[in-house]
Amino acid sequence: MNQEIFARLAKRLEADQLTALVSVVGGPGLGNQRLVQPGSQSHGTLGSPSLDREADLLATEAFRSFSSSRRIISALEPDVAATDLFCEVHPPAFKLVLVGAVHVAIHLARFAKELGFRTTVIDPRTAFATAERFSHVDELVTRWPQEDLEDRKLDEGTYVATLAHDPKIDLPALEAALRSTARYIGALGSKKTHAKRVDTLRERGFSKDDIARIHAPIGLDLGGRRAEEIALAVMAQIVSVSHGK
Amino acid sequence: MRDILPEINLWRRQDKQIALATVVKVWGSAPRPIGSKMAVTTDGGMVGSVSGGCVEGAVYEEAQGVLSSGQAKLVEFGVTDETAWSVGLSCGGKIEIFIEPLAIGPSSTEVPT
Repeated sequence: MNQEIFARLAKRLEADQLTALVSVVGGPGLGNQRLVQPGSQSHGTLGSPSLDREADLLATEAFRSFSSSRRIISALEPDVAATDLFCEVHPPAFKLVLVGAVHVAIHLARFAKELGFRTTVIDPRTAFATAERFSHVDELVTRWPQEDLEDRKLDEGTYVATLAHDPKIDLPALEAALRSTARYIGALGSKKTHAKRVDTLRERGFSKDDIARIHAPIGLDLGGRRAEEIALAVMAQIVSVSHGK
Repeated sequence: MRDILPEINLWRRQDKQIALATVVKVWGSAPRPIGSKMAVTTDGGMVGSVSGGCVEGAVYEEAQGVLSSGQAKLVEFGVTDETAWSVGLSCGGKIEIFIEPLAIGPSSTEVPT
């Protein structure tokens, strides 16, 4: 990888921007690379304009699927070996937004961090949302979810869990999440609590399909009751959703 | 890549020669997915992983060859491969690893815009 490609790739990874790197891993031009970024110009050449076009095409597919791929491009001229391309996608870091600075959130943020998520905890109650309890999170926000979440980009890489157990905090967060393209929405609370929540959301104009996006009761059924165990069940569900299950 | 970047940046500041190994294909029950990375230096530095421990030693050796030749290389490890068998890719999977020299060229660390 040459100096320029590396510098650009490192800069984009640090800025958390979706990027693809296409490498020639076999055939003529072995080791050549092209850095592709959505919506802007590519850098580096694989050796010919037609290969560069293939690279940009592969990258565009990767931007949709978030998965890396391998393709053999047969040579146009006889007696020239085919080119073996590897397109590697570098998606933005997964983000986990936890609403409610409760005990479960402390453990959940810890698991999420271990798994490479960028973590945010939101709770207007400054007695709960303290720097001492949440020194391990990337961002601690002591505002109401409705003040924060409307401005926050809840995208396909974002996972949201509402844990406050207080509809004044959880409901506005769920509404913001339902209006976004967040990859995962989970809500802590019993079936009874959730049924009440569903009624309120219906009254506020959300459709059945919208509401079906919410995982509730939250988490995979691991059978545990302790805060750590609930956090693990939620994390397990998030990981399974991240793999399309 | 993001996880091994701090180490790589540190090595670059120390003017170390670095090779980057990436899993580009897996068959069967390979222990690490496509895109898994490991970086090594000529003086024993190693960060990241491509197989969960089975072939890292062999990749380190291959990477030294890549650093002395300056030429990227595609290497396959699997149960049918004698080297891999001896280093123990016993899970029955097969992996293909692309090994390349990293950030060769002018040593300027300025990031292009």
